[in-house]
Amino acid sequence: MNNGFYRRRKLVNRLALTLSMAAAGIGLLFLLLVLSTLVVRGLSGLTLDLVTRMTPPPGSEGGGLLNPIMGSILMTGIAMLLGTPVGILAGTWLAEYGRAGKLAGTIRFINDILLSAPSIIIGLFIYELMVLRMGHFSAWAGAVALAVIVVPVVVRTTEDMLRLVPDSLREAAAALGAARWRVITMVSYRAARTGLVTGALLAFARISGETAPLLFTALNNQFWSTNLNAPMANLPVTIFQFALSPYERWQALAWSGALLITVTILAVNIVARSLSRNKGNRT
Amino acid sequence: MTMRPHASVSLRQQNPYDGQDVPKVEVRNLNFYYGGFHALHDVSLPLHDRQVTAFIGASGSGKSTLLRVLNRMYDLYPHQRAEGEVLVDGQNILDPKQDLNLLRARIGMVFQKPTPFPMSIYDNIAFGVRLYEKLSRAEMDERVEKSLRRAALWDEVKDKLRQSGLSLSGGQQQRLCIARAIAVQPTILLLDEPASALDPISTAKVEELIDELRADYTIAIVTHNMQQAARVSSWTAFLHLGTLIEFGRTDALFTNPQNPKTEEYVTGRFG
Repeated sequence: MNNGFYRRRKLVNRLALTLSMAAAGIGLLFLLLVLSTLVVRGLSGLTLDLVTRMTPPPGSEGGGLLNPIMGSILMTGIAMLLGTPVGILAGTWLAEYGRAGKLAGTIRFINDILLSAPSIIIGLFIYELMVLRMGHFSAWAGAVALAVIVVPVVVRTTEDMLRLVPDSLREAAAALGAARWRVITMVSYRAARTGLVTGALLAFARISGETAPLLFTALNNQFWSTNLNAPMANLPVTIFQFALSPYERWQALAWSGALLITVTILAVNIVARSLSRNKGNRT
Repeated sequence: MTMRPHASVSLRQQNPYDGQDVPKVEVRNLNFYYGGFHALHDVSLPLHDRQVTAFIGASGSGKSTLLRVLNRMYDLYPHQRAEGEVLVDGQNILDPKQDLNLLRARIGMVFQKPTPFPMSIYDNIAFGVRLYEKLSRAEMDERVEKSLRRAALWDEVKDKLRQSGLSLSGGQQQRLCIARAIAVQPTILLLDEPASALDPISTAKVEELIDELRADYTIAIVTHNMQQAARVSSWTAFLHLGTLIEFGRTDALFTNPQNPKTEEYVTGRFG
């Protein structure tokens, strides 16, 4: 054995390990800084008022974020309802039918582009497509813009999760005389169920903080409105406006809103992760 | 679908069909292609009714390919095609008009690795049955029990039918897959190295099971294990590089092979 060679290898190993730990540490440090700032500045505002009162007029005290919270829930909900089925169906096609074909490769490539497209571009696209034609900003346009973001995320996770289902399982179902669609719905989906839910949750987490696509579509609304054909208040844009405002109360609300979104996303991510970890030992 | 009453002979008794060699399946001049690769060359052989036929040969010899032609499993994948004839009960199943799902319901298949579906033990068995039969709750319970008993698994799982099929051991999972295959009442069983992923005790159980099942089913088994082929089969087909080198009674093929290649293989000089 070459002792010097071995010692050198150990040294390189230690060096690499130290560097990677330092890199991870730096990443964590910034995450902690962001989170702690959010908690420090936003926690005092997390009162019942925040979720029961409307946004206050400029310069005044009191108020909460009820209308933007409602608007966000409404628009992300509609976006999920629109985007998830499309994404699941497309992902299913890619994993079960398209596979290695040319068309599937093309769709996958385009989907990857969509996945990494800046969300402001998507906002502008929907602005062109819906807002200009309808002549006004609307919650519908906002929901559609968010749905466009949901689709590629769900397509990707659906395909990835279905591809993890071994072909031997599909063959086993086919060998019993099950038609293709039954194999997919009864066996593939079941086997990949937690993964599919995880994908939808991740898409939800992704859109719940998106500001840019809403800026051009749903705009914002100072007042309570559930009219989907009118501009609608929403958390991200409200935070954006309030944070830039000179009014202290608005700034405080922006911090609390930001904390609220972050905690929601964190919770959704944790649920998604624990779901995918429990995979396997369930019927 | 056609139903065939199960012979209720006691399990250990001599197979009444031994010695009466009625071909259930006839493979005629079968050629198989994976894209441009010619994997089977002019294979012809019978599978005798209610007897076990073993396909042996080294890796890449085409024995699994041959098995996968018999229920047209290859049809799931593009660029795979078969030429020639495979007659099951006199009907050519390679006919493009053949309904694949109906065909596969008549021909059960068990794979190398156990493939329990991600559902309960009960639903694993009921899955295939529900595809073609509308049974009452009681009838389904009965079918599930009968299938599990037939696969010698009932006593081990009767108290946990609602548990996931994935919670069973490897050997139990494989017997679950056998139970699942026979629950749809096929007449032919295709076994693709059904014991190669199992420990010796589970292997012995599966082999014992095959021995019992041959009274009711025409069985084709692919195996790497020559002792296993000798133990469970009446007929053996030896394939080499996609060609059927020798086909005959298992005892004859192992003790007095006609082809030198067969002799080399069964005596362990290659493969």
